[in-house]
Amino acid sequence: MSNSWYEKTALEIRDAVRAKKVSALEVTDSCLKRIEEVDGKLLAFIDVWADAARKQAQAVDAKIAAGKDPGPLAGVPIGVKDVLCTKEGTTTCCSKILKGYRSPFDATVIERLAEAGAVFPGKLNMDEFAMGSSTENSSIQRTRNPWNLDCVPGGSSGGSAAAVAGHECAVALGSDTGGSIRQPAACCGCVGIKPTYGRVSRYGLVAFASSLDQIGPFTKDVTDCALVMNTIFGRDPKDSTSADIPVPDFTKALTPAVKGLRLGLPKEYYTDALGAEMRDKIQAAIKVLESLGAEIVEVSLPHTDYAIATYYIICTAEASANLARFDGVRYGYRAPGVANVDEMYRKTKSEAYGHEVRRRIMLGTYVLSSGYYDAYYLKAQKVRSLIRRDFMDAFKQCDVIVTPTSPTPAFKIGEKTADPLEMYLSDIYTISVNLAGIPGLSMPCGLTASGLPAGLQIMAKPFDEETLLRVAYTYEQKRGFEMGMPAALRG
Amino acid sequence: MKYEAVIGMEVHVELNTQSKVFCGCSTKFDAPANTNVCPICLGMPGVLPVINKRAVELSVAVGIALNCTISRWSKMDRKNYFYPDLAKNYQISQYDLPLCANGCLEIQVNGSTKRIGITRAHLEEDTARNTHTIGGGDSGVDFNRCGVPLLEIVTEPDIRSAEEAYAYLTSLKQILRYLDVSDCNMEEGSLRAEANISIRPVGSKEFGSKTEVKNVASFSGVQKAIDFEIARQQQVIEGGGQVVQETRGWDADKGITFSQRAKESAHDYRYFPEPDLVPLVVDEAWEAQIAATLPELPRARKARFVSQYQLSEYDSGVLTAERPMADYYETTVQCGVPAKPAANWIMGDLQALLTEHKLEIGACKVTPENLASMIALIEDGTISGKIAKDLLPELFATGKSAKALVEEKGLVQISDTSELEAVAREIIASNPGPVADFRGGKEKALGFLVGQMMKATKGKANPQMANDIIRKELAKTE
Amino acid sequence: MAKITKADVEYVAGLAQLTLDEATKERLVGEMGDILGYMDKLNELDTTGIEPTMHVLEMTNVFREDEVTPSLPRDAALMNAPKTDGEYFLVPRILDTE
Ligand SMILES: [Mg+2]
Ligand SMILES: [Zn+2]
Repeated sequence: MSNSWYEKTALEIRDAVRAKKVSALEVTDSCLKRIEEVDGKLLAFIDVWADAARKQAQAVDAKIAAGKDPGPLAGVPIGVKDVLCTKEGTTTCCSKILKGYRSPFDATVIERLAEAGAVFPGKLNMDEFAMGSSTENSSIQRTRNPWNLDCVPGGSSGGSAAAVAGHECAVALGSDTGGSIRQPAACCGCVGIKPTYGRVSRYGLVAFASSLDQIGPFTKDVTDCALVMNTIFGRDPKDSTSADIPVPDFTKALTPAVKGLRLGLPKEYYTDALGAEMRDKIQAAIKVLESLGAEIVEVSLPHTDYAIATYYIICTAEASANLARFDGVRYGYRAPGVANVDEMYRKTKSEAYGHEVRRRIMLGTYVLSSGYYDAYYLKAQKVRSLIRRDFMDAFKQCDVIVTPTSPTPAFKIGEKTADPLEMYLSDIYTISVNLAGIPGLSMPCGLTASGLPAGLQIMAKPFDEETLLRVAYTYEQKRGFEMGMPAALRG
Repeated sequence: MKYEAVIGMEVHVELNTQSKVFCGCSTKFDAPANTNVCPICLGMPGVLPVINKRAVELSVAVGIALNCTISRWSKMDRKNYFYPDLAKNYQISQYDLPLCANGCLEIQVNGSTKRIGITRAHLEEDTARNTHTIGGGDSGVDFNRCGVPLLEIVTEPDIRSAEEAYAYLTSLKQILRYLDVSDCNMEEGSLRAEANISIRPVGSKEFGSKTEVKNVASFSGVQKAIDFEIARQQQVIEGGGQVVQETRGWDADKGITFSQRAKESAHDYRYFPEPDLVPLVVDEAWEAQIAATLPELPRARKARFVSQYQLSEYDSGVLTAERPMADYYETTVQCGVPAKPAANWIMGDLQALLTEHKLEIGACKVTPENLASMIALIEDGTISGKIAKDLLPELFATGKSAKALVEEKGLVQISDTSELEAVAREIIASNPGPVADFRGGKEKALGFLVGQMMKATKGKANPQMANDIIRKELAKTE
Repeated sequence: MAKITKADVEYVAGLAQLTLDEATKERLVGEMGDILGYMDKLNELDTTGIEPTMHVLEMTNVFREDEVTPSLPRDAALMNAPKTDGEYFLVPRILDTE
């Protein structure tokens, strides 16, 4: 047992560490050893901070020895998506343009987790600047799906999902702009939440699309998810968009009780686009909840069909401005041998960005440019209001909305890279949640015949993560199966 | 053909806050390069702006002073362009919903009043400073200034001459200084003025192509540049050419404007709402609260000086030109001395001393109370005006009280009749020539004799009494 | 209708300060054309009278007080710069006078 601390949940680890059944250092060593063993296959970590992690663990142990409170996440190893600023190591967003960049500060979430006793084993792979749905756009490496090494882990937080599913760390942080936590969580069979916009400080999150981005955790189960939310949620004076709303103790929401709760099923999500096998999995999950007394309500989100177009206009527009700062002046890559400032910008950006990033910058620049702003950007912001209104209307009839996370399970590496539009369409079920700013969680609801996880998505009203967790927890308790060790890592 | 000029002004002023507009870095002007910088104003990855409340309040104060409508609801926007002085390669500014709009400023030109429309005043962030003296084929960038709050004040094209532009700038600066929202120091770049200039045939309603004259270091430079530009455009048009819409610089040494760069088909700045900041709401209560902090503005104060203190238009104008001077004057008068002598002393001897020592009134060691007590000593006859003239430089240098100095130096005026009669008799005895002249009807000779009395008493004789007494003595001994 | 021409791609690349080789330009003509064509879907919707979303949260007036907080030491500010002289960030000489 003592050799497999890496398999434990965050709750188990912190309870054992606080009770001095194990030291934080032992847990960290177990986790580092696991990374050494399996990351050659998964390629989830882009940087492992063995020395720093051990020091952090020792500090937790020292606190305990001194009789001080080591925090609610004492000794829990938490992997960090490379989109978050950390003083330790580098912060690169897996882009060549930020190769070697050292942040002078820690993101607010990192500060809060460190304060809570967490240990950071290293940085995780992602699509360059979080742009992608497969982690294939990383300039560093291609992360594998722990359930099938030929498949993608989803994206853009593919490294985070694979690391948690592969038991390399108990928890990982990701960011979700259009599904980048939920979709890889679904692909890899773990729990991932995109909190209500404004719940988690974005300070230290390298911005992709500021009005859509949120940070959230990947965990092995719903309880751990609540545990991490307790620490990272809450107002931060450094983020003007962080909401000044009290943070409850989310673990108190973890009661298996859904009787009388209304589950909304949006008819626009249950169409032919949803594969038959996925549909069966979702329906089975809904049956479980229904059998426990939940009420099923059909709802309508009439503007669903417009979500992807809306999303890609807004996110590329914001990204085109957010990424303008990577210019080779103050940090990051600068193309060699440039004669003047314009050449410096052009060569630097052209040499250092991958094609997906270039394409999105081009699209975003186009939709904001003179003559097109009204037709694209302004129009999309209006449709966004309609999409948000759809959700507010639907929530008059239900307490949560239950849908698949993605139309298909993880696809093969290379399968969709040729057609960007096809890749964009795979975000169909996750994108609206970001546009509306509401919370959404994905959790496993079984394996397909080919042995790949299927994801169940639960959405709730703004700031009502408690109801969302209650439904998720109930399902998890009653679903009647364990995800267990992913196939590709067994034996 | 007669032409008229159509001129609009854009003025950028740095607001007097302690910290920058979106981060806590100091706004201090002369810090060593790149020491007032942090991840936020350097545009490092992962940072977010949080707006400085004071910067909003100062902007609104200016808006109120310029008779603008204050937007109940406004927002910040991103203005996108690439330049090494812009840390994020976008400037956080305001596009379609500025904090202040539709105001006006009245200016005086050639004795008449003219109203210049203020289109808008919006809040934005200043840029970094580029240095071209680094050598080695490089330019250096110093981000200390990047993120200092900047208010951009834009007029309607209501200005018709260089003189009006000058009057506008002077009035605007006066108001901004009254509000204490900015140092308005053109040399340090805390005030920058650009003029948009076009000309058209008199009577025409259409606008000609305009040029934008930038980087002028003084108001008089702006005036000269506009005059030059009007003449140049007229020459171009009369020569059958067309004015090219462009940005032009001002060469102060040569006294000419020169082409800087063609406006690349009016830059495509791709403005969009800043998603990292939430909307600004200035409700009536907040606006009223800010309005209540506004001082009396220069025009109103000048008018009040004329009516309340019976000063001339000219004197009132001089005394109210700068708020600290006007405050100094009023404090002096409130100490109980008459208005006119107080004005004369401040505008005359005191101002001369300030000019000589290159000091602002705020740094003057003579407090208004002390100046008032000196004037009171003259009024009650304790010292003569002549003595006061000698005394003031000492007060100015030492900051000592007038009373103490007068006592210390024994400068108390001689108002003792018998003492002065004795002196008068002596002067009459030793100046037979002028005495004879006076008696022969030359009134002027009296002045000489009084002067001799003053000299003999080292200026301490009460001049009026000296005059009366010598006249009496002359009559007696006839 | 060709939604996007090569000239459009070149204009936008200029605004975004990107240099693209011929093959990439061609590729983007196709890709951007497809994606923007898909986005035109939004024109099916009548959005008259609909306010654009500025913020999903209905928040206003989030401020900081005017207080100076410590800046970065200069070494830390310049630490990541591709080129400095220890005081300034260095860039290729800016010829255009502002
Ligand atoms: Mg401006
Ligand atoms: Zn700063």
